[in-house]
Amino acid sequence: MDFLYDVLIKPFVEMGGDPAFFFQVLWEGFVAGILYALIALGFVLIFKASGIFNFAQGIMVVFAALGLVGFYEVLGSAGIESGTVKAVISLVLTLTMMYALAFGVERLVLRPLVGQEDIILFMSTIGITFMLIGGGQWIFGGEPKSMITEDLGLPTGDTVVDAFGGIIIFQHLDVAATIIAGLLIAGLALFFSKTKTGRALRAVADDHQAAVSVGIGLNQIWVVVWFAAGIVALVTGVMWGAKSDVSFALQIVALKALPVLVLGGFTSIPGAIVGGLIIGIGEKVFELYWGGLMGGGVESWFAFIIALIFLLFRPQGIFGDKIIERV
Amino acid sequence: MFYREAGDFKTSYKSDLQAFPIRQDKIGIYIWLIIALVVALFAYKEWGIMGMDSGFAMKAIIIPTLVFTLTTLGLNILTGFAGQISLGTGAFMGVGAYACYKLTTYFPDVNIIILFFASGLVSAAVGVLFGLPSLRIKGFYLVVATLGAQFFLEWLFGRWAWLYNNNPSGAIEVPVRTLFGVEITGANASVVAQYLVVLGILIFMTWIASNLIRGRIGRSWMMIRDMDIAAELIGVRPLWAKLSAFAVSSFYCGVSGALMVFIWLGAAEVESFDINHSFLYLFMVIIGGLGSITGSYMGAAFIWIFPIVLKEIGKSFGVGATVMENISLLAIGVMIVIILIKEPHGLARLWQIAKQKLRLWPFPH
Repeated sequence: MDFLYDVLIKPFVEMGGDPAFFFQVLWEGFVAGILYALIALGFVLIFKASGIFNFAQGIMVVFAALGLVGFYEVLGSAGIESGTVKAVISLVLTLTMMYALAFGVERLVLRPLVGQEDIILFMSTIGITFMLIGGGQWIFGGEPKSMITEDLGLPTGDTVVDAFGGIIIFQHLDVAATIIAGLLIAGLALFFSKTKTGRALRAVADDHQAAVSVGIGLNQIWVVVWFAAGIVALVTGVMWGAKSDVSFALQIVALKALPVLVLGGFTSIPGAIVGGLIIGIGEKVFELYWGGLMGGGVESWFAFIIALIFLLFRPQGIFGDKIIERV
Repeated sequence: MFYREAGDFKTSYKSDLQAFPIRQDKIGIYIWLIIALVVALFAYKEWGIMGMDSGFAMKAIIIPTLVFTLTTLGLNILTGFAGQISLGTGAFMGVGAYACYKLTTYFPDVNIIILFFASGLVSAAVGVLFGLPSLRIKGFYLVVATLGAQFFLEWLFGRWAWLYNNNPSGAIEVPVRTLFGVEITGANASVVAQYLVVLGILIFMTWIASNLIRGRIGRSWMMIRDMDIAAELIGVRPLWAKLSAFAVSSFYCGVSGALMVFIWLGAAEVESFDINHSFLYLFMVIIGGLGSITGSYMGAAFIWIFPIVLKEIGKSFGVGATVMENISLLAIGVMIVIILIKEPHGLARLWQIAKQKLRLWPFPH
């Protein structure tokens, strides 16, 4: 009975007893969820346009962030004093690097593999992942680095709000992350619906062959979409790097975008966001109120197990297209 | 000219079904067995191989290669033959290792070889449990499910103190166990005995696997892999085919996990079963060749030995070990991509092509 009480009643009593803390937990979960959603967004972009499940999205986040910090250091040793100038130049350089990566991936990996089975393409992205891990550690070094938060103009510090009979702390960085993520998503939505390239992307996502037949160049589209995923990766990397350090451990955390995708559906951008928020908030709440019963650390698997249970009942996700199979 | 069947004159089902229709292949297998035994002799006499001292060669190269071959074989059954991609291999090996540790704690007098196989059964049960979602999902979705298994089990190994006998270090420390009066686990165990145990188990399980794959079960796995709906329509039960693939695969992984900890490492923590190892095993399967037993041997040997060789080369040029490690990661990534582009069936397929050429040699057609 004690156990049942601990599982079923006590956590809710705790939530009600200290609503300010509960709200704080929700906020932390929300911010984590935004970051998961951003990574998932990178996956969705590529999956929609090419049907490729890009396992390398997580390492692209790390790679972009490391590139940014790395260029910054190089510029520093080259004698440039002003932090902002260095930050801007290294941002441009990093974007160039991500474009080169997108171009290289399309030219060297995707183009020769056109028409192969999905699973082969998936495994090739695992190959890309390891190339980026090896190459990244070789070039930028394996030790964690701190993000150049201030020079990028991101706010630090926090605001304390009195509410619900307690205090809630809002890190300014978290607020900024939420706003930037919102802007990025809005920007992508505009890009998809209003620009010519965006429409071409949607056409390709809808039907490759039909898109080709009306004169859309697939190869070009793929470069664009991998570059877009690279930009999303850079933004995610900056946000995440500012919250903790930039290190290769992020790549494992980034795998949590996979259950996010399962929840949201592989082809849906709103799905990625909603899925990210569910996972982010869910795992924080579960960790703090139920995790203690199991010795803590449940954050590492909560998302996956939720996704697993979810898969059993609705394999296509909340917003995904219904899966229809024919022989 | 010499390497071929003498015409296609099979007069009985038995000869039609034989595993090695070409005599040279049969001889080749015997030669490999002899080489395997000669290696044991080398180690026994403490003769070094190629400038390495024999203990190092055994401990760092040969025994782990054999253990990982067994793992690769297991993963290949699931991914290569049944088409269910898994990133939870490391965790299933962990289940085997921890199960073996608990079993040998409770039953110290039972022969350790029996316990190796018993722990494989435990791992198979866990594998079936986490394989259940495969009945409804496949492809990338299944990857997520197996990642769930990986992270959940990893967490469990770290948190559940009962699993490692409440050892304050949180690690398994392997007790001394003997086979026919010879120590085969623990610090003072004879390397030769360990080698022979691993080799024996590997050969036995390879033989089992090759027969499973040739038989009804193996064919149903391959039908599921090639087109599951069509297979279902002609009477293959996906429930049985998929779950048996998970069970057999996890059994192999479990046994290899137990061997890895008991024979090779001697002590193990959670890190020995983490996600990076799972990736490594998947690479062994891809490089070696999806759906090939020979490929499992080649892939495991290649992925394990390549970084070691690279590190040695780096050492002779004065390049640091970390740099070489990164270069080998990079190189493995590049190779994965190249293999997928040029030869999706891996090293095993190259070997097969070479053999096919040899059959026709010296005539072009």
